This record gives sequence, structure tokens and C-alpha cells, in this order.
Amino acid sequence: MSTDSKNMNTTTENGLPTILPDLSAHQTEGDVDRLRLIENGQVIPAVIHEDINDEDIILEINKLNLWYGNAQALYDITFEVPRGKVTSLIGPSGCGKSTMLRCVNRINDLIDSVRIEGDMIIDGDSIFAPGVDVIELRKRMGMVFQKPNPFPMSIYENVVYPLRIDGVRDRAELDEVCERSLRGAALWDEVKDRLRESGLSLSGGQQQRLCIARAIASDPEMLLLDEPCSALDPVATAKIEELIQNLSGDYSILIVTHNMQQASRLSDYTAFMYLGNLIEFGPTYKIFSKPETKETEDYVTGRFG
Amino acid sequence: MSESSPTTGQGFSLRRGIEKVIDFTEPAVVGLIHLCGWSAIIFVMAIFFFVFKESLPAITGLEEGAVHGEVEQLDLVEFTTSPKWIPESAKKPTFGILALMVGTLSVTILSMVIAVPLGLGAAVYVSEFAKGKPREILKVLIELLAAIPSVVWGFIGLVVLNPMLVDMTGEPVGLNILNAGIVLALMSVPIIVSVSEDALRAVPDSFREAGIALGANRWEMVYKVLFPAAKNGLLAAVLLGIGRGIGETMAVLMCTGHSVMMPTSIFDPVRTLTATIAAELGEAVRGDMHYHTLFLIGVVLFVFAFIINLTADLIVKGIKVQGNE
Repeated sequence: MSTDSKNMNTTTENGLPTILPDLSAHQTEGDVDRLRLIENGQVIPAVIHEDINDEDIILEINKLNLWYGNAQALYDITFEVPRGKVTSLIGPSGCGKSTMLRCVNRINDLIDSVRIEGDMIIDGDSIFAPGVDVIELRKRMGMVFQKPNPFPMSIYENVVYPLRIDGVRDRAELDEVCERSLRGAALWDEVKDRLRESGLSLSGGQQQRLCIARAIASDPEMLLLDEPCSALDPVATAKIEELIQNLSGDYSILIVTHNMQQASRLSDYTAFMYLGNLIEFGPTYKIFSKPETKETEDYVTGRFG
Repeated sequence: MSESSPTTGQGFSLRRGIEKVIDFTEPAVVGLIHLCGWSAIIFVMAIFFFVFKESLPAITGLEEGAVHGEVEQLDLVEFTTSPKWIPESAKKPTFGILALMVGTLSVTILSMVIAVPLGLGAAVYVSEFAKGKPREILKVLIELLAAIPSVVWGFIGLVVLNPMLVDMTGEPVGLNILNAGIVLALMSVPIIVSVSEDALRAVPDSFREAGIALGANRWEMVYKVLFPAAKNGLLAAVLLGIGRGIGETMAVLMCTGHSVMMPTSIFDPVRTLTATIAAELGEAVRGDMHYHTLFLIGVVLFVFAFIINLTADLIVKGIKVQGNE
């Protein structure tokens, strides 16, 4: 009992939602109320759909636990991300989906208080094993953030930045990568005549596509997108979504989104998270049309969250 | 009902009274703030006016009844090109400030060569690498460094650095460009550190994350993302350092050796424009050529400061134009 109350306290300190609508009304008989159990600090196994077993796997997440100082933010996350597909992470604010994404390229390392247990395996290589070359690891994935963050340099220099830090000086190679990446990000036609202008002179949507071009310039294996459309207007959002669909296949994409329509439109697989726990993971159409847990259904139909 | 209405009426009139007072205080406060703002401009203009007025007779010729030496009117060509500063000569006073200008510039340039890398490096360390306690302690220490009076710096140059330089370089006297350059560098470092640290911290974290996520190590991130993003602030820091170097008086007066000569190496003593004014203004006869010429040196310092600020403006604008194209 004492451990329970301690965990409750931790949850409240976390700033996580403590008031939830009474879900017992929706409970079918014999079903457990997972949300209540999670709020009480229990770790419950996620429901993983069988379909993933037929996929080629690029990233295995293996019992990942993460703490910010003393507050635990991720609990035993275990699932697999398929190669060449779009996988979305959904869940209410503070559920740990961004934290989860930022573990993949270890950008959480920048935060001193973060402690991680468990591991992730990308293409057979451990991400958290001691002695991993984090710089090389990060070069294997591109990341796009919530707010467009082009560097205060020219469009050209923004795109070839990953090559610049690798010391590439060959003009022809840089030009080629710049054009290929901008074409890949569906931005080439709009900016090809003004590559020398500042990246900050572009519109918000263009800036975000520039960030995507920068992320794919070094030809990464995975793309990590952290709510890439949340700061954009609907037109720019539509363009980015179209772009993401064109990029899937060439790249394995992991996207965090607040927008459930976006997740259902874009992704092949969806993971639903709640308070640092993975609740359900499976093909998107199943998660949205016939989820196996009551909680997922309640969330995707908008009953809470 | 009938009882409450007079009370309301009274309350109403009381409020009106307060409103009237507020009506009066508001413009008064606004006026006071305007006055504060304008007074800064007026004081600066007044200083300008005074220095220019006092320097003018040196160029136009001395007034009637002034103490006349040998020189009635300053030769501007000699003033700017002659390295001879012999204002009190009984035979032939010469007013050439070339050596003084070279003294000021050589000390300032040397101090910047030392202070800019040191200051930027310290700023990068404090803002990007140091954490927790050490970072706080460092920041306090740097601020403390900025609070040391310049005469104390001059004393350190005179008493500590002087014999050290004599030992190390074998020169007979350790009061020279190198000594003043080092002291001035140490004096400028706190300004450069605090201004450029502010500039670096003002760069949004999203730039750092983007750089790190693209596989930059921390140094590459600092060098290729933070420096370009913070370049205006960093430039301002360097220029403030230069401004301090040119304007500093007491420390250079004590450390340069204060002898008028064209230096041939950093081990030569020099004299600076500021130190000359400080040392001689009290001795000069009010109204004679020496007195007015010292004010003309003040005008030269104004011109230096103006050129530095203008250059800074142009560079910053240049960066902006380049960034927008």
C-alpha cells in the first residue's frame, strides 16, 4: 500500500494528468481498467498485434525504462518498428511519446538528469550499449522537430550541413546532394533560384521541408519526426504529409503526432502510449477501427485525451 | 434607500478627487521619464560641445590675450604625422601625436589578440560546457574580475608583471606594449565573456538539438551552428572590448612606460592618447596651445570611437544583408 501511494505522488509531481473521466461506465465485463492500474503505478504488458511479425524490422525497442531524475517517464516499452514504413506514436500530452522518440538518436543525452535502462537495437546494432559511437549513431538517422529550426545560414548551407561536418569539400558532390535532398523534400522547384538566400527567409512550411531536406541529406536509415506539423497551417501540413508518404519506403519513419487523423492518414503502424506505458501497438487500421483494448478505443474515438 | 444615496454621492465625489490626483500624477511621471531620457542625450551633446569648443582654438589660432608660446596656430599635418610630442619645449614646442596614436593602437591590438580568443573560449565554456556549481562560480568570478578598478590593474602590471617580463625577456624595463597589452586583455576579458555568453545563450536550444541530431559533436555544433547564429552578439562583444582598450587610461598610463616613441617591437615602451591627456591636462596652462591640443586629442579619441561604432554597424548590417539575400 505504501509503495502505491508513493507512486501516486510521483505521478502527480510529474505534472501528468491526474483527473480522468470515469471510464468504468465503458468497461465491459471481465476487462481490466488499464488506465487506473497505470495511474496507480503498475506496469502492465502492452497488447502487441501479431501483424508485426510479418514485417522486416529496423528498430527493436527492448524493455526501455527512462527516468528524469527520480520521476520515471517510460516504463518497460517493448515493440518493433518496421522497415520502410511509417510508424506513429500517439497518446495524450505527457505520455512519453516525444521522450521515446528522442531516445532513438540519444538526443536525451543532452539532459543531465536522464537515466535509461533497457536497450534499442537498430539494424542489429545496440543504441545504448557502452562504447557506442553516438555521433556515428546520430548520423544514421535524421530528425525533424516540432518547430522548424533551419540554421541562420543559406538554404544551400542548411541542406549540406551534415556533409560539411563530415568535412566534404567537393563542390560537385555538395551540389548534387543539395539538389537531391531538396527534390526529396519537394522544395527544389520553390527554392532552386535562391539557394544563397537565408533559410530563415522561407515560410514556415518551407522551413520545415528545408529541415526535412537537411535530415535526409546524409541518407539516413530512419527519420524521426517529432510533431512536424504542429506549428504549421493546414496547407503546409498537407504538403508535409504528402511528403512523408512519398518518403516512406525509402526511409523508415517514426512520427510523434498529437493529431489522430494525421496518424490514421499517414502511418502503417501505430503505437498508443499512456503515462509512459505502451498500451497497444499494431497496424494503424486495426488500432483505429478495431483496437483490442478498451482504452485505445476510448482514446481514438475521442472519449478522453 | 434614502440613507444610502448621500453616502453613494459622497463616495462618488471622493473617487473623483482621487481621479483628479491621478490625472495630475500621470503626466508628471511621463514628463519625468521623458526628462530622464532626454537628459542622457543632452549630457552627451554637452560633452561633445565642450570638448570641441575647447579644441577649436588649436586649429583656428589662439584668442587675444591668451598665454602665447612659440606656436600660434597648430599645423594639422604636423599634428597627425609627426611622432614628436614636445609640448613644453621652450625653444620649439612640437605637437605631433603619431607616436601616441601608434601607442594606443599597438596596445589595443595586442590586447585584443590575447583577449578575443580567451574571452570567446571562456564564454563558450561557461555557456555550453560548464554545468552546475562550477558554472555558477565561474560566472561570479568573471563578474568580480570586471569590478576590479583599473588602478589596481595598473598596479599589478607595474609590480607583478613588470619584474616578470624583465626576467623572461631580458629587457631592462618591463613596462612596454606587451605589459600593457596583457593587462588590458585581462581587463577586457570579463566584458567579452559576459556579452558573448549572453549572445550564445540567446541562441535557441532548437539550433543545438538540430546540430546534435545531425551528428555534429559539441565543438562542431558550437563552431558551425552557435557562432554563425550568435555572430552579431559576438561582434558586439569584441567591439566593446576594443572600445575598452582604446578608452582605458589609468592602467595603460602605469604599464606602458609612458614614453613618447615609435615602437619597433612589443618590448618597446609607448605612450597612449588617453594617458597623455590624463598626465598633462593638470599641468597645462589654461588657454595656451598645449591645453587646447590636449582637447584636440580628445576629439581624435571621439573619432576613433565613432569609427569603431560605424564599422560595427556596417558589419552587422552587412551580415544582415548577406543573410537575407
